[in-house]
Amino acid sequence: MVEDHGTNLIMHTIICQNVSKVWGLDTPEEVLAIDRVSFSVEPGEFLVIIGPSGCGKSTLLSMIAGLEPPTAGKILHDGEPIAGPSPQRSMIFQQSSLLPWMSVIDNVAFGLELKGVNRKARHQRAEHFLKEVGLRSFAHRYPHQLSGGMQQRACIARALCLGTDVLLMDEPFAALDVQTRYQMQKFLLDIWQAAGKTVVFVTHHIDEAIFLADRVIILTARPGRLLESVTIDMARPRDVMSSEFERHRNLFVEHMRSEVVRAFEEQELVEMMDTRV
Amino acid sequence: MQQTPVQESQSTAPLQSSSLSERKRKARIKSLKSLVQQVLWWVLSLSLFIGLWELLSALGLLNTLILPAPHQFIAEIANQEQFMSLKVGVERTGANFAALTAIVATLTRVLSGLVLGFIAALLVGCLAAYFKIFGNLTLPVITLLAPIAPIAWIPFAILAFGIGDGAAIFVVFVGIFFILTLATVNTIRNVDQLYINTARVLGASRRQVMFKIILPAIIPDLFVILRMNLFAAWMAVLAAEMVGVNTGLGAIIMVGRQMFNAKLMFLGMAMIGVVGYLLDAGFAQIQKRVLWWKTTAQI
Repeated sequence: MVEDHGTNLIMHTIICQNVSKVWGLDTPEEVLAIDRVSFSVEPGEFLVIIGPSGCGKSTLLSMIAGLEPPTAGKILHDGEPIAGPSPQRSMIFQQSSLLPWMSVIDNVAFGLELKGVNRKARHQRAEHFLKEVGLRSFAHRYPHQLSGGMQQRACIARALCLGTDVLLMDEPFAALDVQTRYQMQKFLLDIWQAAGKTVVFVTHHIDEAIFLADRVIILTARPGRLLESVTIDMARPRDVMSSEFERHRNLFVEHMRSEVVRAFEEQELVEMMDTRV
Repeated sequence: MQQTPVQESQSTAPLQSSSLSERKRKARIKSLKSLVQQVLWWVLSLSLFIGLWELLSALGLLNTLILPAPHQFIAEIANQEQFMSLKVGVERTGANFAALTAIVATLTRVLSGLVLGFIAALLVGCLAAYFKIFGNLTLPVITLLAPIAPIAWIPFAILAFGIGDGAAIFVVFVGIFFILTLATVNTIRNVDQLYINTARVLGASRRQVMFKIILPAIIPDLFVILRMNLFAAWMAVLAAEMVGVNTGLGAIIMVGRQMFNAKLMFLGMAMIGVVGYLLDAGFAQIQKRVLWWKTTAQI
């Protein structure tokens, strides 16, 4: 792959300009999910998008992935408008998205299979990335034989195996237990630092955001608007018990509390109206 | 939620793996035990049924001319000169049947119809899901044809294909084709969007999504539906054999009735029961293989 690093440094990897998304446009159930959100992601940056449940952060991510077109606004990747999904931007979902009828190694190599790479070559490459994520001895197992954390690691290996530039992660560790979640966060940072990928990571979990991010974008409750962009300049590895971490946590809690309250009130209002109808 | 950096304990790993073979052995013994138990219950249930029947018959409470006792209709085998002949395709001479010929004839019809119906339904269903216009044009007709029982097609089949394999295979084919086509379209719609999105993000074209995601995802479900319709197909063939197609297991019963030979009738019925059961058991085995990733994932 030929990359012009000179321009990449100046250029942003991903740019969102006034992006809006309306679900069910022109129907009675019309919902404004994302409202004129603008931000950009630097090459190699670890960006976390955080917001209360239902604020449209997942919607934003699937628009960047190219799975959903924005209703208004523009999204650019390396200066090109995003027209659809691309192997250059890999998505990691909340649930494991491994295909249950394929062995782990075939899953990891699946992106290459779609490209038409022959079996031997793709298995060789997949094996390398399985080793990278510590699943070498599980290559010929099937997804249901793996734990939740292992399944997510295999999904990450699949994205890396395809040589993706940008990892889009939609609450990837939300379904894991606390210990596994912590291990996976450390693991992800290792991978990110070693591979130099750009990461856009969605979560509603404040500690996770502070632990991982170079920069955190806070979205408001529905409709999702950009509330704040906070740079986390703590050295890694970050200590969740440190006073600096605490300071960031308080800041986020303050920001998000008002939003959660607002979301709740709105929810109650909707329910009241629903019962009246 | 607070995050506490707890190290995952590794010390239990070797302990677990050493007891794994032990656990497997125990599980095998347990499954063997339940198998033996099941066989015993089968034997008991059958003996009870046959014993009661023989008893009533011996007491003279049954008219054995119409309802012969099991030992009587099994003895009928001796009267059928060719019954035990191991040659397939032995012509029936008068009312004399060759068991193997009849079984093979019936099974060939059922299986040919099923295979043809399955392939055709998969093809049409995928096309209907893939090309919207094709789907819109064909699905209403298929929806209306589906409720027509396969038996209702027999008169037409005999007129169109004449007496023989063609008519019987056609009846099985229509018996499953419409239902399975609708099921295909339905299961395609229900394929987990997560798998489709995954493939799209990894760069799959529409065709690749169809062949690499949708097809493998729907085959197990379709197989379940195929098996559910197996008995309908089986019955349709037997009915066809009784009405017009003069060979196969169904024809044995009909000839028995025409000759007023109740023993031959019941012999045919017993054969249908046993062969039908074995056919379903065979399908269950295949289903286990096809469904392996579903069943084990659900345990």
